[in-house]
Amino acid sequence: MIGKLLGFALKDIARSKWVLLYVFFFILLTEGLLRFTAGEAKTVVGLMNIVLLLIPLGASMFGTLHLHNSREFIELILTQPVRRSSVFAALWLGVVIPFLAAFTLGVGIPMAAHGLIADPTIVALMVSGNVLTIVFFALSFLVGIVIADKAMSMGVAFVMWLFFAVLYDGLILWVSVQYADYPLEEATIAMVVLNPVDLARIVVTLTSDHAALMGYTGAVFNQFFGTMRGILISAGSLVLWTAVPLWFAKRAFDKRDW
Amino acid sequence: MKLATLLVLLLAVQTLGATTIRVVKGGTVAQAFARAQAGDTVHIAAGVYQETDLVIGVRCTVLGASGAVIDAHKRGSSVISVHADDVLIRGLTIRNVAVAYTEDNAAIKVYDRRRITIERCTVENGYFGIYLSKSEDCTIAYNVLRSSGKEESSTGNGIHLWTSRNILVEGNDVRGWRDGIYFEFVHHGTVLSNHSESNNRYGLHFMFSDSCSYKHNAFVNNGSGVAVMFTHEVYMEDNLFQDNWGDAAYGILLKEITRGHMVNCRFVRNSIAIHAEGATSILIEGCEFRYNGYAMRMMGNCIGNTIRNCVFDGNTFDVTTNSTTSLNTFHRNFWSAYEGYDLNKDGIGDVPHHPVRLYSMLVEQIPSSVMLMHSLFISILDVAEQVMPSVTPETFVDVSPRMRPPRSRP
Repeated sequence: MIGKLLGFALKDIARSKWVLLYVFFFILLTEGLLRFTAGEAKTVVGLMNIVLLLIPLGASMFGTLHLHNSREFIELILTQPVRRSSVFAALWLGVVIPFLAAFTLGVGIPMAAHGLIADPTIVALMVSGNVLTIVFFALSFLVGIVIADKAMSMGVAFVMWLFFAVLYDGLILWVSVQYADYPLEEATIAMVVLNPVDLARIVVTLTSDHAALMGYTGAVFNQFFGTMRGILISAGSLVLWTAVPLWFAKRAFDKRDW
Repeated sequence: MKLATLLVLLLAVQTLGATTIRVVKGGTVAQAFARAQAGDTVHIAAGVYQETDLVIGVRCTVLGASGAVIDAHKRGSSVISVHADDVLIRGLTIRNVAVAYTEDNAAIKVYDRRRITIERCTVENGYFGIYLSKSEDCTIAYNVLRSSGKEESSTGNGIHLWTSRNILVEGNDVRGWRDGIYFEFVHHGTVLSNHSESNNRYGLHFMFSDSCSYKHNAFVNNGSGVAVMFTHEVYMEDNLFQDNWGDAAYGILLKEITRGHMVNCRFVRNSIAIHAEGATSILIEGCEFRYNGYAMRMMGNCIGNTIRNCVFDGNTFDVTTNSTTSLNTFHRNFWSAYEGYDLNKDGIGDVPHHPVRLYSMLVEQIPSSVMLMHSLFISILDVAEQVMPSVTPETFVDVSPRMRPPRSRP
């Protein structure tokens, strides 16, 4: 059943051409950066800045919008004898899978063409992009389902993006300045691990050449991410950021009176 | 005319008086050195001579044919010790110098001598390479020096000079040592066109070595780059500092350097191109800083330095400091981060450039904030600070920034 529903959802996404646009955007961007920036490190930093901004933004906006735009489809399908959880799963996977593929291909093809696909920083960047796609589609589905008004939920999704991508770093900075007299490494690790965008940024930066610029703090982070405990904690944080919103979204989807 | 003829004859007689001693396979270099009289020439034919602890006791010339190798098998102490003035050693290959922790064993060691020339020799797997102590007027030229020690403690220095004067170090290719070129208490040394790469610690390291000049050298991919300390009157021209990347690597570390002049040097892809601590009255001009992590890190105790006509392009941080005031002058540099305009088209920007970013100040003061590198929030802060400076030092300023890099050298 879910396979058939997923088929519908995928067809729907394919018709909208957004995914194609997304692929071409990343191909152009990656190729452009590879050609026009000096040195691989610069390319990675440029690409990372855009990935960390645009993927959360795109996923937040598109996920919310897509739910609202699919309202008629959802209402129609729910009149059929199908489980709501299958419909929800199909809807979510139906956007996540194409966007994961689109990002991976969009960055992967130019990188492979330049022989950089096995570079650890590029791998870290692509994994991070995929994880962020998953996390932010989970969050945006929650927003899209809980808030019935389209404009309102788009607004909330935008503020959510603003918080994770920009304001949260302000918070970290504020804490760092306020408690500058204390050893802040572990507190910073805790704060970074709690935000998927920061986590992605740090992991990519630490795998790149720029790790050498981060001195003692960088070494502490490297040590943390080098241990099984660190990896498990970070992975756990990301799983929670996906599972918790999805669980709440599914509950709201089950209960909602369409 | 007659005088000239006489002189030529005299020289010929002198040459006739000297003998040439040949060492061939089966013979030993030690015997040849023992037999040599003042002014003799020792020819060493191709072949591997398994000897060590050789001593040159008289003024002579030692010539190695191509393929003449002295292999010490890590035994004994220094392979060749020079105990006479006016010795020339050319074309020898010396291999496997013994590692010792209480003695500085070298392939060629010179102690308290004058006018020694060591040229076109090769050292493979040395502990120390060429070692001069208390010597004057010597030349170390066009040697190829290789070592393969992995740790700082079990490798020595490629070219090691201690308390020497008037030494020319030219065209050597030095790789894999602890320090490629090491000077301590050396005066009037000239270091020309050397290539120092992949050394465990520093490509070039000197202390208390006043009035030395360094031209056309390349220091590439060394463990900690180049460190120079406690020295006056250093002249550096057209040197390349490249790929010295790591947690504690510097293109060049200037510690307590005074009255130096650095001109047309290039710093490419170093984690910190110049780290200056207690550097005073240094003129840095025409240098290029490209793609470094930090181009210039100037501590508050750097006074009276001038940085002009330099190029700062694509560095993560151009200038950082731990101080709120600056007693140094920046002018007519090109900054790729400069966003001003030039209305009168004279090539000089009309608004001053503040090379110290807010974020770089933050990183110096709160090291843990380095974790916000590449964050959008930080970029927004930096832009805001650039429009309305409030935290960054007002005195760190280039009042006449260039719109375009100064024309590059031919």
